[in-house]
Amino acid sequence: MNFLNLFKVAFRAISSNKFRSFLSMLGIIIGVAAVIIMMAIGQGSKESVRKNISQMGTNVIMIRPGADMRGGVRQDPSSMQTLKQADYEAILKDKKFVTYVSPEVSSSGQAIYGSNNTTASIYGESLDYFDIKQWVVQSGDAFTEEDIKKNAKVCVIGKTIVDELFPDGTDPVGKTIRFKSIPFRVVGVLKSKGYNSWGMDQDNVIIAPYTTVMKRILAQTYFSSINCSAITEELTDEAISELTDILRETHKLKGEADDDFTIRSQQEMMETMSSTMDTITIILVVAAAFSLLVAGIGIMNIMLVSVTERTKEIGLRMSVGARGIDISNQFLIESILISITGGILGVFVGWLGTLACGVVGLPTSIPMWSIFVSFLVCTLIGVGFGYFPARKAANMDPIEAIRYE
Amino acid sequence: MSAPTERKVVIELRDVRRDFQVGEEVVHALRGVSFKIYEGEFVTIQGTSGSGKSTLLNQLGCLDTPTSGEFFLDGTPVRTMSKSARAKLRNRKIGFVFQNYNLLPKTTAVENVELPLMYNSKYNATQRREAAVKALQAVGLGDRLEHKSNQMSGGQMQRVAIARALVNDPAVILADEATGNLDTRTSFEMLVLFQKLHAEGRTIIFVTHNPEIAQYSSRNIFLRDGKVREDTQNPHILSAADALAQLPINQDD
Repeated sequence: MNFLNLFKVAFRAISSNKFRSFLSMLGIIIGVAAVIIMMAIGQGSKESVRKNISQMGTNVIMIRPGADMRGGVRQDPSSMQTLKQADYEAILKDKKFVTYVSPEVSSSGQAIYGSNNTTASIYGESLDYFDIKQWVVQSGDAFTEEDIKKNAKVCVIGKTIVDELFPDGTDPVGKTIRFKSIPFRVVGVLKSKGYNSWGMDQDNVIIAPYTTVMKRILAQTYFSSINCSAITEELTDEAISELTDILRETHKLKGEADDDFTIRSQQEMMETMSSTMDTITIILVVAAAFSLLVAGIGIMNIMLVSVTERTKEIGLRMSVGARGIDISNQFLIESILISITGGILGVFVGWLGTLACGVVGLPTSIPMWSIFVSFLVCTLIGVGFGYFPARKAANMDPIEAIRYE
Repeated sequence: MSAPTERKVVIELRDVRRDFQVGEEVVHALRGVSFKIYEGEFVTIQGTSGSGKSTLLNQLGCLDTPTSGEFFLDGTPVRTMSKSARAKLRNRKIGFVFQNYNLLPKTTAVENVELPLMYNSKYNATQRREAAVKALQAVGLGDRLEHKSNQMSGGQMQRVAIARALVNDPAVILADEATGNLDTRTSFEMLVLFQKLHAEGRTIIFVTHNPEIAQYSSRNIFLRDGKVREDTQNPHILSAADALAQLPINQDD
């Protein structure tokens, strides 16, 4: 029998037992919907974490001094002085996979304006920093190359600082604040980024030319780190190896010598976070998948009933020339039809459920592949759990089947 | 009657035996049955229950195979055939008519008749329908093509079943107590139909325990204890149409 006819026969068999077929479909519907909702929540959370991290720049590469062993004692990276102006210049000169480079020095202390004060961190950076960390200057302007050259006492401040020091709503641009009693003229205000995924207030910052912070506040000649950004997220690995080569060259590290710096990328952090989210998603999906298994058993049960009920029909079909394979195909297609119809409805219900979860406030995003996987799983369930009843039907003795009452 | 050798042999049984293992015991349902059925014969096979009638029918219908002996259907040896090869043979060479019609429920007459052709890849949908309509017209149901099986009387259902047996133009029509569930009048109507098919040259084997039917067929085979006890030609075939005409008018049907 050709497939079109098999489908017709299966469709008729299902529609002549609508309620029963629907009940066995219900298992699949619930199972698929559960899997899709779980995946959507898993994926949604992952994306929201990703978004948080990517706000800090997905292609960011951080170079810190470190991995330095002195007589078997690992030194505190922040006390090490291996990253120098020469490194910065070498990177600027030789970079291919790196777009932006910014040396970083930082300090924290009290910032004062008038009678208001707050504790804040000051970051000494180059202009590239705004691009690396995707900071947007909301009002006023960033400082200039000229400011960096002249160690100018200018700064750009974050939203939190504005709120703390200018609670009455005065425009901070052009005002002079004091950080550790050094006056800084505010030239710009940063657009708020809010809290990052670790609960840190990203807006509690003062950004000033790195030369100014190094010379006027810290009086040091080394950087605490260098931030770079790779051309694209995908080229991060190339960028890291390029930076390693440049720094080993300028640090005159030969052969087997260990790096006296460490390079980390935002991508690594993101991968760590993603893999945690993946684990959670897997747990959720496995739990939901069990309901699909139960649904499959439900279908098998219904198909067995259907085979027994239609023993006479099977006997008739066999006596007019249906082979075993024709009969088993008929029942397989019927169970596949039930499970795929259930699957389609399940995707729909899952989509509605996901919308509902979104309304409640859960981060959701339905990965397209989860729909394909659901279909695949439904077909497999149809075949897998339909196989045994179909075999049972195909192996019937036509003589007994046709006389079955 | 022409000499048997000149006619085509549709069915040939040579010492067919069929044993069943029932627990410890071996039951010999058929103990060496041999006969030939020629094209165009209308044969009734009679016997009491336990005579091996059903077992013989299953053999003739290729639903079962002999324990020993040979069975040729239209020249093809059946005993060594696989299950699916026999299914195909049934599909092409045999038309079954059952006692209880065995129509598909909630299905129209045409679709019921099309059923055997569904398992024959040589037919497409149009040819199937064409053949089914033709078969239904041949049994006098040309005006009830789209009636569902549960909207028909017993006689109509059996006509559909006969049309289904005709649709694949089989070598032999096997009827198993085909009038067993019908009242007298309808039974005769069926016999009229079978005689018409016989007159058209079809080979019919009619298994029954009703000796009356034997009078309307061309040959009678009696089975007892798994053997052929009697195999006679019927020189005076009665006309079922005449018998039907003489029946009192029945208001039941």
